[in-house]
Amino acid sequence: MEKNITHKEHTHSYSIYFLVWLALITLTGLTAAVAGINFGKLSVVVAIVIAMAKSYLVLTEFMHLKMEQKAFKVFVFVALLFLTISFTLLFTDYSFYVR
Amino acid sequence: MSTQEHVEEHVHRDDIRSRMGMWLFLFSELLLFGGLFLIYSVYRFMHPHAFSIASKEMNTFFGTMNTIILLTSSLTMALAIAAIQRGKKILSICLQITTILFGAAFMVNKFLEWSAEFREGNFPGSAVLQSKPQGQILYFGLYYSMVGLHGIHVLVGMTVIAFMLRFTIKGVINKDNYVKLEAAGLYWHLVDIIWIFLFPLFYLIT
Amino acid sequence: MSSDTLAISHNGHSPSYLEYEGKHKGIWAWLLSTDHKRIGILYLIAIISFFAVGVTLGFLIRLELLTPQGTIVGPQAYNEFFTLHGVIMIFIVVIPVIPAVFGNFFLPIMLGAKDVAFPRLNLLSWYLYITGGTLILLSIILPGGAADTGWTFYIPYSVRTGTNMIFTLSAVFILGFSSILTGLNFLTTIHRMRAPGMGWFKMPLFAWSLYATSWIQVIVTPIVGITLLMVVVERVFHVGIFDPTLGGDPLLFQHMFWMYSHPAVYIIIVPAMGVISEIIPVFSQRTIFGYKFIAFSSLAIALFGSLVWGHHMFATGMSNTSEFVFSLLTFLVAIPSAIKVFNWTATLYKGSIKLEAPLLYSLAFIFLFSIGGLTGVIQGALNVDIYLTDTYFIVGHIHYVVFGGTGIALFAALHYWLPKMFGRMYNKKVAKFAFWNIFIGFNITYFPFFILGWMGMPRRSYHYLPQFQLYHVISTVGSWILVIGLFTMLFNLLMSLVRGKKVTENNIWGGETLEWQIQTPPTTENFEDIPNIIDGPYEYKQNELTTVEEEVN
Repeated sequence: MEKNITHKEHTHSYSIYFLVWLALITLTGLTAAVAGINFGKLSVVVAIVIAMAKSYLVLTEFMHLKMEQKAFKVFVFVALLFLTISFTLLFTDYSFYVR
Repeated sequence: MSTQEHVEEHVHRDDIRSRMGMWLFLFSELLLFGGLFLIYSVYRFMHPHAFSIASKEMNTFFGTMNTIILLTSSLTMALAIAAIQRGKKILSICLQITTILFGAAFMVNKFLEWSAEFREGNFPGSAVLQSKPQGQILYFGLYYSMVGLHGIHVLVGMTVIAFMLRFTIKGVINKDNYVKLEAAGLYWHLVDIIWIFLFPLFYLIT
Repeated sequence: MSSDTLAISHNGHSPSYLEYEGKHKGIWAWLLSTDHKRIGILYLIAIISFFAVGVTLGFLIRLELLTPQGTIVGPQAYNEFFTLHGVIMIFIVVIPVIPAVFGNFFLPIMLGAKDVAFPRLNLLSWYLYITGGTLILLSIILPGGAADTGWTFYIPYSVRTGTNMIFTLSAVFILGFSSILTGLNFLTTIHRMRAPGMGWFKMPLFAWSLYATSWIQVIVTPIVGITLLMVVVERVFHVGIFDPTLGGDPLLFQHMFWMYSHPAVYIIIVPAMGVISEIIPVFSQRTIFGYKFIAFSSLAIALFGSLVWGHHMFATGMSNTSEFVFSLLTFLVAIPSAIKVFNWTATLYKGSIKLEAPLLYSLAFIFLFSIGGLTGVIQGALNVDIYLTDTYFIVGHIHYVVFGGTGIALFAALHYWLPKMFGRMYNKKVAKFAFWNIFIGFNITYFPFFILGWMGMPRRSYHYLPQFQLYHVISTVGSWILVIGLFTMLFNLLMSLVRGKKVTENNIWGGETLEWQIQTPPTTENFEDIPNIIDGPYEYKQNELTTVEEEVN
């Protein structure tokens, strides 16, 4: 009877998870604090960048993406690439034409 | 017609297959919300001022609290998996229960928040809302749609984890076979990630 | 392909998947089966039934268009006819058909697997499909009537119309999820369940086409799902997402809708191309020309096809920049398809051609799809499209690529694989007769559409100017010939299941992929033992040993 155990166990020590959580809470605080500052058009960019940093932590550490096979990382990249390209193409319409 | 004895063949268990299936499903969920995020980005681009004004009506305290609740629930979920990997069944059960409770707290908060909004007349189709400038109507339309859809996913996630809890108690999920719990965890983390984006985009517009 | 462990039958014939009896009895043995082959058959029955409904609607539309004013129905009914025709043909027939029927049945076998990655999810996909189809049927009979917006559901009419939009949109949403789950299943199957020795480049090209298609299904279907869900939410709660009176942008709906629906046409055509890539080597007994090019072109179509959706919106008032970008990308997406056409033709060249029904349909595919594809490139030119958009030219293009493409490929697949699936051969003479009937009827029906379009006949139009009538009449007569051909073909195939000559040999046509190495019809497990793969899937001439059965170790 075989089990597929060719991958190493996907786990961290408990403390790593706590540290990640701490980082996430800190970044949340940062987002809230930064919201008060007026960056003009850049505000949304700053907010998104911090959100991306938080997502990165959740993806790689909580969801173990770092420990998974390469295929999974390619998948995530493809999905995000599609969203980015769609966003860009959508905005070739909206940013160049005022309705 | 002869009856064939169906031999229960031992199928090689492939945990990577199970996780891959869940990741692919997560992509479809990501794109589901992604479509709404695209719509949001267009309308915010077209009505920056109206979005900013409408955002002031949001209760930032509730929003921040909910963000912390969900992030912590992600922690407890990850710990629940780590616990069962180490054979700590009781600990895993407690952590799964905690995760579900955090989800419930999130939903209660949401309910209180939305009740407050409804009392002020800010609900879809209301006269108050329809008298506002179009940019603000769009903001609230997106707010209720996106946060509402997210809430449905929180409830689904809680249900899934409840099933996993039952499996863990019964020993179906155990030290040597926990891929179901991992899959449930993946789903829950995605729900968390979506909120990570929803929070600043709706509650923290300057 | 050769392998060192082949499935062999013990003393003649093991019970096939059709005869297998498990824990469920009677009809439940099929309705609750998680066997990918039985699920494929369930899809086949459902889809052919809906196809018949779609054909009937098309037939009625053509009847109505015999005269410039009303002929058989009023304008409201006409609007519902062409909406239903589009919704059924696109969402219920051509998007699922080749993956859900032939992908389900043959993908695991071609990969050397015993089933797909998630068999129960597979059954769920079928039930979602049936639910979606049922909702569409309900939308017709319930008060309010079927949707009348066209299958594109444009805002604002889709928010205003009093017809059963919620049923229709919910149906498409549910059908979308059926599609997503199938795609997810196939992706995991291809990644994780290939037999030992079957590297990516030893996989049959049908599997490659399903791989590319599945990616499109998983990634873009949710986009239309959420968009249509928002229209439902808008109708019910008056939220304010697309409705212009509430500040919404109707063009944003079109962007979001086409962001899925354009890649959807690649979901429609790529598996069809996969079928052709399977048939051509077998019926010319030659290795496919340019295997890697064909494999990669499927991926390229999937990628580029996701970037061109704006070409459905050239006349809407988009920015000049985006029009330019989308037009350029549209030209580029034609290239991978052309590569396939060149490779198929090169495969046929100097081959040992067997002009059987599957090859006839495949040749027709190449011809008709090329016409359809080229007219697509014409439409990609901005200035030309401003004139042609929303005319019959577009309708001609659609039917040549979708019907002349996927429809014909479906018929090719049926004639190629049905004998394997059921162990019965159809009447080959009738099959060829039906083929010519269909081919001739098809062109008489649809070629006039291009002429009508150039002359300025608008699409979806109940009334039309008298100068268009001649071509409409020609087309309608063509539709009668076409329908007779379709009926003959389907009747022939159906009769073969009941009275056709029994087929017992494994390798009916001389193919090299794994389905031709196993029993006809296959056993439930597909293989006695999972084969070890040594050669690629199209090794003609080189390998004469594949039909020799070897001892199981």
